[in-house]
Amino acid sequence: MASSIRVRATSNGDITEVQTLIQHPMDTGLVKDAKGELIPAHYIQELKFECNGKDVFVANWGTAVSKDPYVKFSFKGAKKGDDLKISWTDNKGGSDTITAKIA
Amino acid sequence: MTTTGSYPTRRLIIQGAATVALLGLGNLPFAAIPALAAANDKYPEEAFKLKNEADAIKALYGRTAEPSDKVKLDAPEIAENGGVVPISVTTTLDKVTSISFFVAENPNALAASYKIPDGTLPGIANRLKMAKTSNVTAIVEADGKLYSATKEVKVTVGGCGG
Repeated sequence: MASSIRVRATSNGDITEVQTLIQHPMDTGLVKDAKGELIPAHYIQELKFECNGKDVFVANWGTAVSKDPYVKFSFKGAKKGDDLKISWTDNKGGSDTITAKIA
Repeated sequence: MTTTGSYPTRRLIIQGAATVALLGLGNLPFAAIPALAAANDKYPEEAFKLKNEADAIKALYGRTAEPSDKVKLDAPEIAENGGVVPISVTTTLDKVTSISFFVAENPNALAASYKIPDGTLPGIANRLKMAKTSNVTAIVEADGKLYSATKEVKVTVGGCGG
């Protein structure tokens, strides 16, 4: 199965811009399904970006982050070809990891 | 400025924990301590559960923020779909260690909290859900102080069910 994480990390001199899109339902636990039953909460709690053995960005998310979350940030200290490791864990113990090359 | 210097909260906690251990008070004061670990290491479970914005800010950071024009919050005036509201924040402040987003009228005010390590630029774009028209607040923790920016976003269709 394809990874749930899509990432684009582009280096522009000293600054690396990272755009990430993750496939995840991000259910709040407040929405009812067609039968009128509550869909239990299911959302990503932590999303972490590591580069060269160092955390460069950590997101703590609640249910108010949109479905299929998107996040963009930039950091310094990496160069083209470096590995960027992205991992998330959700409230049901699910997780996914991907390693992307900075382009 | 040393690296530890930019994490005053964490240092306080470590000092606090050491004091507790020394005094042999057991884990009694710990009930309050994790709440102050703003955007440091652990997932702030409690802060995400609080309904009220002021309570959530307090649980996450343990203090209040002051409005600052150095925090630039970019959000739409009107969001047609409350399920996907693009919100971003940038700041010219130095030594930023975390950025958090709050939606006052959501069932739980705290939406997202980001840790900004040394070397990461203090700018984030993300997409949040909004139950209804509400103030959106971004809080930037810089050099141990909290700065905020607030903007009202009108929502025509809510994004939290109902």
